Amino acid sequence: MIAFFIENSSEILLKTWEHFYISMIALLLGVLCAVPLGIILSKTKWLSKIVLNITSVLQTVPSLALLALMIPFFGVGKVPAVIALCIYSLLPILNNTFIGMRSVNENTKGAGIAMGMTNLQSIILVELPLAIPVIMSGIRLSAVYVISWATLASYIGAGGLGDFIFNGLNLYQTELILGGAIIVTLLALLADFILGKLEKFVTPKGLRLEGGRTS
Amino acid sequence: MLQIENLTKIYRGGKVAVDQLNLEIQQGEFIAFIGTSGSGKTTALRMINRMVEPTSGKMMLNGKDITKMNAVTLRRSIGYVIQQIGLMPHMTIRDNITLVPHLLKWSKEKKDETARRLIELVNLPPSYLDFYPSQLSGGQQQRIGVLRALAANQDIILMDEPFGALDPITRDTLQDLIKDIQLRLNKTIIFVTHDMDEAIKLADRIAIMHEGKLIQFDTPDNILANPANDFVKEFIGSHRLIQQKPNVKTVDEVMIKPISITIEKSIDEAIRLMVEKRVDTLFVTDGDNRLQGYLDVEGFTGARRTMKSISEVYEKDVFYVKTGSKLQDSVRRILKRNLKNIPVVDEEHRLVGLVTRANIVDIVYDTIWGDEEPAAATKEEAAGIAVIEELIAQ
Repeated sequence: MIAFFIENSSEILLKTWEHFYISMIALLLGVLCAVPLGIILSKTKWLSKIVLNITSVLQTVPSLALLALMIPFFGVGKVPAVIALCIYSLLPILNNTFIGMRSVNENTKGAGIAMGMTNLQSIILVELPLAIPVIMSGIRLSAVYVISWATLASYIGAGGLGDFIFNGLNLYQTELILGGAIIVTLLALLADFILGKLEKFVTPKGLRLEGGRTS
Repeated sequence: MLQIENLTKIYRGGKVAVDQLNLEIQQGEFIAFIGTSGSGKTTALRMINRMVEPTSGKMMLNGKDITKMNAVTLRRSIGYVIQQIGLMPHMTIRDNITLVPHLLKWSKEKKDETARRLIELVNLPPSYLDFYPSQLSGGQQQRIGVLRALAANQDIILMDEPFGALDPITRDTLQDLIKDIQLRLNKTIIFVTHDMDEAIKLADRIAIMHEGKLIQFDTPDNILANPANDFVKEFIGSHRLIQQKPNVKTVDEVMIKPISITIEKSIDEAIRLMVEKRVDTLFVTDGDNRLQGYLDVEGFTGARRTMKSISEVYEKDVFYVKTGSKLQDSVRRILKRNLKNIPVVDEEHRLVGLVTRANIVDIVYDTIWGDEEPAAATKEEAAGIAVIEELIAQ
């Protein structure tokens, strides 16, 4: 096992990097689509029902099937993998953005409007900062999903740590399977840890203090 | 400054919330809208800053038609305080106070200066500016809520039952504070409440609303003296109508001479004075007879051995009424705060008198039975007796 890590160290690094950036690009695109969409949905009730249903349905498509479905449209390689993973990351982020925006206290929102905020100011100054913790936990969840599913992207030629695992399966070499799986798991845990720190960092201080009255 | 003409709000489904409301409010007035729930008082208030759009009618603010103004601009020029306080939990107290100035794009220096100046107005230390709302008590939060409505020099402020969720003592303190600020800064305040005591205490004029209609709009004295109809009479309550009789009087007519001591005297001297005058409370004054605090016999007997002078032991938190205020106010304070007595001060804060529980009992007795033959207890007498019992019980 240790021999495997030593012998393949340069390839492992390369594949890990590949895996990491496929996942992160997919996640980033997911965030860029899902957060604004979630904000819009939280403002339009009728649309939210339709869109959230569609994304739930997309979520139920088996991941391997979704990856395979990408081939007729985008061919093989990294692009279809990123698109498929991005679609997968949408639902948790969209859902949490929607819930986070909706659960902002009506009195707080009302007070902002009564002070003379425009709708946009209310979103930027009040609703988004208060929804941030919920949105961030959606992003964390998506990150872990995307990193583990990116393993399958190797199947359509995107590379990444999935290569080790699939090779291991084909060649019947346990250390390849195990080695790949361990690194994927570590990568997912690391991403979760870093995003957890980020979540703390972007959560407004006033919310972190909630409940801890000092005077 | 604010004229309301035929203001009507009909909600979808045909419920008439406000029906043909006509009011004219002058600059610097404190107006209370009062009524039972569903009387339309809150709807009427919320139409003034267009949080509720009127169905018909006209509102003129300083000669400009409110319904034709941009709602966002309008709201930035009107202060608003709500019962749920509604501070922004993610913003510091400083940012909360200067929320409207921020929307109006004031410079940072001007905002900071405003926040520092305002927080002193509500007796909170400037260090609180860096706190977050969750670190403050409910009463402190609502003080900030009030400041937020003042920060951009709004000269009209709407308050929707702002003290409804606070405990009675905090509420009483904030009522005094808001009245003081209103007089000092010459603000126009429109205040919604369902508490008649609050309305009588604060308002220059009270608008009594019922089922969307304005029933009576007059000064508290006139409403108590001449209720427009049976509804108003019932709303005011018979106990207030009776309280009103002695309350035509001011504290000056009933106050007694207080026993006071100047601040530099020793504790031994204070005790000698207490024994000599047979009192348990001494009022502490400075050289100019200005009220500084009080000494309570329970409070300092323990400290007698270790402390030498009055300045070390006296209680600085003293509640007082101003000379010329109505007797009713001091009755209410004595009852609410469970005080034994309440000192009376003049404009320069000089101690001029003292109203005690015993005084008030005498007055209530006089008013009810003074020039009447003893007869079967009437409703009014029963209310009077209740007041006396309450006084004695505490």
